[in-house]
Amino acid sequence: MTETTYLQAITMTLSEAMRADQRVLVLGEDVAEGGPWGATAGLAEEFGAERVRNTPISEAAICGIAIGAAQSGLRPVLEIMFVDFLTLALDQLVNQAAKGHFMSGGQLQVPLVLRTQGGAGQRGGAQHSQSLEAWLTHVPGLKVAMPSTAADAAGLLATAIADPNPVVFVENKTLYFRREEVTEQPPALPFGCARLVRRGRDATVVALSRLVSESVAAANELAGEGIEVEVIDPRTLVPLDLDAIVESLRRTHRLVVAHEAVQHGGFGAEIVAQVQAAAFDELDAPIARVGAPFAPVPFSPPLEDAYLPGRAEVAAAVRATLQRSRLDDR
Amino acid sequence: MWRIRAFEERVGELTRADEVHGLVHLSVGQEGVAAGVCGQLRPDDVVYSGHRAHGHAIAKGASLERVMAELMGRTDGLCRGLGGSMHLVDVEHGLYGATGVVAGNVPLALGSALAHRLLGGDQVAVVFFGDGAVQGGIFVESVNLATLWRLPVILVCENNGFAEFTPRSAHTNVERVSDVVAPYGVERETVDGNDVVAVRTTFARFLAGARGGAGPMLLECLTHRVRGHYEGDPERYREALAAEEWQGLDPILRLQRSGAAEGWLDDDTSSRLEQDAREQVEEAVRFARESPFPPVSLTAELVYAS
Repeated sequence: MTETTYLQAITMTLSEAMRADQRVLVLGEDVAEGGPWGATAGLAEEFGAERVRNTPISEAAICGIAIGAAQSGLRPVLEIMFVDFLTLALDQLVNQAAKGHFMSGGQLQVPLVLRTQGGAGQRGGAQHSQSLEAWLTHVPGLKVAMPSTAADAAGLLATAIADPNPVVFVENKTLYFRREEVTEQPPALPFGCARLVRRGRDATVVALSRLVSESVAAANELAGEGIEVEVIDPRTLVPLDLDAIVESLRRTHRLVVAHEAVQHGGFGAEIVAQVQAAAFDELDAPIARVGAPFAPVPFSPPLEDAYLPGRAEVAAAVRATLQRSRLDDR
Repeated sequence: MWRIRAFEERVGELTRADEVHGLVHLSVGQEGVAAGVCGQLRPDDVVYSGHRAHGHAIAKGASLERVMAELMGRTDGLCRGLGGSMHLVDVEHGLYGATGVVAGNVPLALGSALAHRLLGGDQVAVVFFGDGAVQGGIFVESVNLATLWRLPVILVCENNGFAEFTPRSAHTNVERVSDVVAPYGVERETVDGNDVVAVRTTFARFLAGARGGAGPMLLECLTHRVRGHYEGDPERYREALAAEEWQGLDPILRLQRSGAAEGWLDDDTSSRLEQDAREQVEEAVRFARESPFPPVSLTAELVYAS
């Protein structure tokens, strides 16, 4: 075992992929300098400016360049510095990358990884703090990964780079510097394979990204009240491991879905819809959702803190769902 | 050029007969650009096109049969019926994609050029777009990057004077597309796009440079869109050219006239070329009509590559 961070796991995976495959290149704003957090630090020194390409602040064009390069045989890893700026590249991502294989009748492949990061909590204000993953899950042809730990970041990124399809890899800025014990070489992780983070018998929490550790903290708190919560991290939203969620629900019969994104129209709603269609009879209470309110992320520290869902909101949702049952409603 | 002309005219008829489906944009009148450019490319040179793509696909080597089958949504179409008129792809012949989003294809060509360079090939990437694309922000972003990275890509603008329904003068104060890119130091030239020899000559020079790794270049071809923006466009925004005026501009008739004057093309050969083209197009129509529609299951099958 060795200690690492989410960020170091990403850097290490990128450098290993570039060492193993000449076709892998990294491009994005300031990547040769390592980027604002250092995710690509040292790559330019090892692999040179041709394969670690600084770009102008032209999100649309660099996304298109990465797609064209992928179609012509490279394996680009494009960094969009904040998911908020992905808005500028969405035509390329949605209309070109996601549909290239399909519209060409299978002739083209777009093995592109688009790394980006989202999330609030650093007083970044409404344009540098969003969680926009639900938009991406709505586009057939894209895969969406959202790692919550260093080991998962490494394992999912390795799989993303090897995938013949465009993958959006959504990191979280508040997770970057957490220390974590990992094996020397975290294994590549298949997509569509959820992680059972914590076992429990009373309720299941399906949590994304930063909310995974918040949900574990909530579970530990609830354990003191005699409530045992199971926590599941889907790890990839597309493809989604619905079976793992349903299997857990068969044990607990109560479900809470938790993410930092605005609850309204968030990916939690999709999980809820799929679960009730697959396992309605297993539910002893309505499925609860935890997400941000329907408002942009506020800047002022006490407002941002109040806005962000976390441990307290997950714990409250679990308690609420345990207080309801089908019998009560009759 | 006759193959493109005959194909496009027939597609217009088949659109009105509801045999060709969807939004159809014809390149009648612009054949000189497709022929002058694509005729000099190798199969492994990469071409990107836009919504008015049939001529580029044909000139790059795509079979008339498979293009026609694609326009009819048939299983033997270039894209197995999943692309349609605005999204033709023929990887075997280097057509890496037409896109229906104006200007969206420009950075893709840069990416292919980058891949060619990093993988050690000498292929050239070419992207066709109209004058309407130049007002898109992604066009300027792409020109900046292509020059910054010195990519072996040739930007070919078909300036037909209209961005959809609107004349260029109503979209921008910059008359020449080649002037838009001037500050970036792009090697550039504006030619009469209805003079296939002029297109060919200038493009040959650019191609030799790009083949040697230089770039980018921009070739602006002034041309004329004979049909509306799309088939069915009532064209209330402009007067049609008088027949005699068009005959003076028509790239095919101009080449025939100069060929006759210079003694290397007689009337019989010209007629035979037209006749051959029209027969090939009829054969393509027969092929496409006989091809079945793809199975409904194909939609789910090709969302992801495996």
